[in-house]
Amino acid sequence: MTYKVDPETDRQYIEEFRRRPIGHHSPGLMRLLTVMRQDPSGRQVILVCRKPFREWVLGEMPARRDDPIAIEPGPVFTSREEAEWEVFRRRWQKLTGEAINLPYRE
Amino acid sequence: MLKILGYPDRYSVAPGEEIAFKISLEEGSHFDARLVRVVHGDANPAGPGLKFRHIATPIDGRHPGKVQRIDAGSYMIVERAPAIAARPFTFFAMIWPTLPERHNQTLISQWGVGAMRGFRIVVHEGRLGIITADGDGVGKVLTANAMLPRQWYSVVVAVDPASGAVSLDQIPMGSYAQTADRDHVEARLDVLPAAIEAPLMIAGTSDGAGGAEFHFDGKIDGPMLCEGLRPAELHKTLREIAPVTPAPKIIARWDFSKEMETTTTIDVGPNQLHGELKQLPTRAMKGWNWTGEEHNWARKPDQYGAIHFHHDDLYDAGWETSVALKIPDDLPSGPYALHVTCGASDETATRESYVPFFVRPPRNRRIKRPDVAFLAPTCSYLAYANHAEHITARGAELQMGRLLQFGHIDLYMYDHPELGGSLYDRHADGSGVAYTSRLRPNLNCAPCYHSWLGGHGSALYQYNADTHLFDWLDHQGIDYDVITDEDLHADGLDLIRDYRVILTGTHPEYHSTFMWDAMKAWIDRGGRLMYLGANGWYWRIAFHQHLPGVFELRRAEDGIRTWEAEPGEYFHSVNGEYGGLWRRIGRAPNVIGGVGFIAQGFDLSSYYRRAPDADNPRAAFIFEGVADEIIGDFGLIGGGAAGIELDCIATHLGSPPNMLRLASSENHTPMIMLVNEEFGVVPPNLGGDLNPRVKADLAFGETPAGGAIFATGSIAWCGSLSHNNYDNNVSRITLNVLRRFLDPELFPTR
Repeated sequence: MTYKVDPETDRQYIEEFRRRPIGHHSPGLMRLLTVMRQDPSGRQVILVCRKPFREWVLGEMPARRDDPIAIEPGPVFTSREEAEWEVFRRRWQKLTGEAINLPYRE
Repeated sequence: MLKILGYPDRYSVAPGEEIAFKISLEEGSHFDARLVRVVHGDANPAGPGLKFRHIATPIDGRHPGKVQRIDAGSYMIVERAPAIAARPFTFFAMIWPTLPERHNQTLISQWGVGAMRGFRIVVHEGRLGIITADGDGVGKVLTANAMLPRQWYSVVVAVDPASGAVSLDQIPMGSYAQTADRDHVEARLDVLPAAIEAPLMIAGTSDGAGGAEFHFDGKIDGPMLCEGLRPAELHKTLREIAPVTPAPKIIARWDFSKEMETTTTIDVGPNQLHGELKQLPTRAMKGWNWTGEEHNWARKPDQYGAIHFHHDDLYDAGWETSVALKIPDDLPSGPYALHVTCGASDETATRESYVPFFVRPPRNRRIKRPDVAFLAPTCSYLAYANHAEHITARGAELQMGRLLQFGHIDLYMYDHPELGGSLYDRHADGSGVAYTSRLRPNLNCAPCYHSWLGGHGSALYQYNADTHLFDWLDHQGIDYDVITDEDLHADGLDLIRDYRVILTGTHPEYHSTFMWDAMKAWIDRGGRLMYLGANGWYWRIAFHQHLPGVFELRRAEDGIRTWEAEPGEYFHSVNGEYGGLWRRIGRAPNVIGGVGFIAQGFDLSSYYRRAPDADNPRAAFIFEGVADEIIGDFGLIGGGAAGIELDCIATHLGSPPNMLRLASSENHTPMIMLVNEEFGVVPPNLGGDLNPRVKADLAFGETPAGGAIFATGSIAWCGSLSHNNYDNNVSRITLNVLRRFLDPELFPTR
């Protein structure tokens, strides 16, 4: 059995991720992200770039390539980091049932 | 989504020669075209921005356009074949289906499309079958039990076209408990097959338009047609004993182990119904009878009688020419592109493409050339052509350490797998893509393409990352030629003999033996190599000897592999050479570049810290004006000059003992990890945060003929050149080296 995300243990990494979504991460945050970034359903969250370096939205690639990619109309992100934070929040909620009611930047 | 795309008929063209562009429009009926010199293809606002220089030519302006599609899928065709169904016949073959669950896959067919007539022997939902047509109706007989994937079967289908009597046998070579995959069916066809003189196809059925459909996924070994109704037991005799006495009346018996390097298949029967392979099925595949004792197909060809067909194989997209350009005689060698547009781009659609190519030096050697050449790593560009792991490999986000970015090009790629995969991809049946071709759109080899890998920030990889170097050379006013890998393979040492300095791209990973030998000979004769990337000279490839623009890779034995060649399939089909890592045949990257691959990761880059050898007087010219302890703590590729893929000095692998370690990178993220050929037992500290071996070495060394090697040890290096308006220590070091390398004075050898 692989590691199961535990809100009590892993809550400490939320702020670390929010401060730096991409790059150097502590071993604990790495473990959390490794769990978050695996989806046995075969579906894959993706970052759809609408305007290079200016606008992104989220999308979902289905398990079967014959099916179309679903692209969300919004929210529209103005940085990759902002999108990373949104996906982190969604995954946290899915894994723990807890909502993170914090914006990427205060 | 991408609305316009295309490809050139060659990647390298000389002044005075013609290059043709094949363009497809997803909407509209016209497009505008113009020739541009590519200076900088990175749209990142943190850098210098896009730079293209328009060059007026007769192709400027509007051209008619249309949708052009790709008919992927490999097959064999015998153009002139007798009407097989004119009398009773039996088909024998050994098959290894890889996607048996797919519908309606052809093993052999002789089929007229207009009013459907003829016969097709098929695998349908795993079951052997025959489909017949007489112009009025279509009949079908199938076995009941499904074949298993990746298991060998003897398939025998005997047909009496007059009575409609048919027998089908699918006989597994292996047997498993609780498994029913053997079957024998005797039936009477309710539609008799019309006897037609039409092309005979294996692994495909004529689509009536010069192509094929209903492709087979898997291996076929020793297909054979005999006159008469023959029992299934005869197949065992036929495949194991030759010649057969008394010989059945053979119509055709194809031996796929013959003329392996070609696209021809040989009929060893009396009628010589030789076939031609289309769209690059994989040859030199072990057959049903491979024993494991011999791995080289040339030594035991009878055990390599299989061809692996895929419904997504592709050699030539075959598009019509949309624009052709005669390269002006006075156009300088360099990186160029055809810029095509079909309207304004917006957040839902991109309506422009840059179709890149290179103008090589004139073939007339008497024209004086610059002292510097950029060796465009077109083999590496092609190895990564339409690299789609972000689409097909679900571990990609984990590897990148961030979300996978899909631009409009990636969304198009998702919808169009018929573009053909890269050498990093797998076919739909899970087998590795072993051939790549440039006769198709190569969507991730273009200016403006920002990749799902390639380092946070600009996220460039391969071609577009190399435009950072084009831009820097342009900014510095350096006159240089461009030669491509394919030129080097074709022309050898003669092409590069007179250049004093050769600059590599950021990731020159794939090299043929001719290319490797030519480069080593040039270095040994005093050439000055500036290896401005990393993970170079890593994989050995083999060019097809009969199909221009194609080469082969076998991901054999070791290395960073996104798929693994099957045991026994490590030798290239196109030239018989052993494939895999150059390191595995005693020519590690270090032998050419002075450094070799050590680590990779795709999130953030780091910086170098000056090492003691930087103060060696031999290196004084490199650090002229650079007193900094820290080098390259900035850049467009991951924020630093050391990143993506890293090389280091390793004398045990062939780095010359006189290489100076000028600086080494440090403080890499956990996602920059040691590569797997560097360990036997998997260490727990793979990442750059815990493993001190994860580092790039900035290196320099003289060669015995008075030449020299300078190596950056990092793919990200060139992404730092433009920082602070090109005034930075990475740019300064690079320029210092280039200036000294251009100086004809020999480097001291003792």
